[in-house]
Amino acid sequence: MKLKIWDLHCHLSGVTGRTPDERMAQLMAYVDRMGIDRICLYMGWPFSYNPSPERLREENDQVLAALTHWHDRAFGFCYVSAEHVEASLREMDRCIANGPMVGVKLWVAKRASAAELDPIIHRAAELKAVIFQHTWFKTDGGNYPGESTPFDLVELARRHPKTPMICGHTGGTWELGVRAVRSVPTISIDLAGSDPTSGLTEMAVRELGPERVIYGSDAGGRSFASQLGKVFGANIPDEAKRLILSENLHRLMRPILDAKGIRA
Amino acid sequence: MNEAIVDVNVYLSRWPFRRVSADEPTAIADKLRSQGVVQAWAGSLDSLLHRDLGSVNERLAAECRAAGEGFLLPFGAVNLRLPDWEEDLRRCHEEFGMPGIRLHPNYHGYKLDDPLAAKLLSQAAEHGLIVQLAVTMEDERTQHPLVQVPHVDAAPLVELVKRTPKLRLVLLNAFRALRPELRGQLVAAGQVYFEIASLEGVGGVEKLFGQIPGERILFGSYAPLFYFESALLKLQESQLGQVQLEAIRKGNAKWLLAAI
Repeated sequence: MKLKIWDLHCHLSGVTGRTPDERMAQLMAYVDRMGIDRICLYMGWPFSYNPSPERLREENDQVLAALTHWHDRAFGFCYVSAEHVEASLREMDRCIANGPMVGVKLWVAKRASAAELDPIIHRAAELKAVIFQHTWFKTDGGNYPGESTPFDLVELARRHPKTPMICGHTGGTWELGVRAVRSVPTISIDLAGSDPTSGLTEMAVRELGPERVIYGSDAGGRSFASQLGKVFGANIPDEAKRLILSENLHRLMRPILDAKGIRA
Repeated sequence: MNEAIVDVNVYLSRWPFRRVSADEPTAIADKLRSQGVVQAWAGSLDSLLHRDLGSVNERLAAECRAAGEGFLLPFGAVNLRLPDWEEDLRRCHEEFGMPGIRLHPNYHGYKLDDPLAAKLLSQAAEHGLIVQLAVTMEDERTQHPLVQVPHVDAAPLVELVKRTPKLRLVLLNAFRALRPELRGQLVAAGQVYFEIASLEGVGGVEKLFGQIPGERILFGSYAPLFYFESALLKLQESQLGQVQLEAIRKGNAKWLLAAI
């Protein structure tokens, strides 16, 4: 029986096209080839590391446009930044409260430990939106000034102990990332966007339990194949694969999907 | 998907920083066979840091033999920074009958513009050995802080390849570090091949077919350090014709090996 696959982490990059529609059509052709049922999409193009309020709106508009013909296959996350809290809150009202999006994406503009994130997290919790924070531990010292490590996310999660959050990329250096978030049960991890290094998924399942591990790809910069390989190739029970490939994400999304009346 | 595959990028022994599933010779052979691999070209992870490469290469040859005739093909190590490296090259060729060698210039501490690199490539080519060169072993962002090893700068290879027309060079794990324009220059310079283990981006393989000649693309998994399924699924993700699939799965590698 085919496993249901939901991909937590996709972008409109890595494919060509002048419009969101054109890019989305290309992306979905690969999604179909890989048997992926639904994807989560965030940020537009080109990527902006510290977006202005105007740029946040533009990128969210690109994602909204991309979703237009794909509401049955794709979910949108609202790109927000703690550098521009009021603008981010407005975007959340526009795209989530009054729009089709179901989550927020926090990238590298400001570290997750900063107090400025608190109003964004409060509002996301009110909306039942899924919260995704990019994180990396970079050995080579290459973190951007506002780029979070999993430790930053742990600080944020401890300030909001009832709000689930997702640790993007498992911190990249996953042997550190898994350990960093292990003691905070409200944090799940995203498998996306690192090399398909053997052992990642096994360690995550062993240390966190299969319920806290979520498949994502970081396509189109990454290939769906390399990231799915982390799950299909892992030496873990089939039941854990089922949870990782869709059910854990579905569980995190269920409150907002129910609130919006979205059946998925 | 279980059709015959020649995997040109496999390692035996242990990664210094992590145990991984199937890092025993019998386990990796079983894993590869279960996925449809009919032949794998194997180097040894011991060769990265060990200095007694005679022992490393002897062990590699023995472990490959034990896996069954012709299933694991040993690609021995030569380190230009070791005294009398020429003897390791000779043994790989004459004593162990290896079809090629696998180089790790970044772990061994030399650049490819070193005159000795030209000498090694020339000698390997004269012996008819395939030369595999690992451009990267690990994302620079995730390396152990005490062992930060830069990617190999492959730019000098363009001139080296031009000056060594008999050389057949396979670049392993090349795509993170190698600029796209350099790929084209290398392919134009001579017999340079790429494998797909580190190829990223959606539809990466079909896009690569648009960038370099299809006969220069090989299947590589970088197992067991990478999940084997990553490379296998790339063939599904890309829109490829049957001829292209057959070439990348095994045809190109078989042709390359037959040319020895």
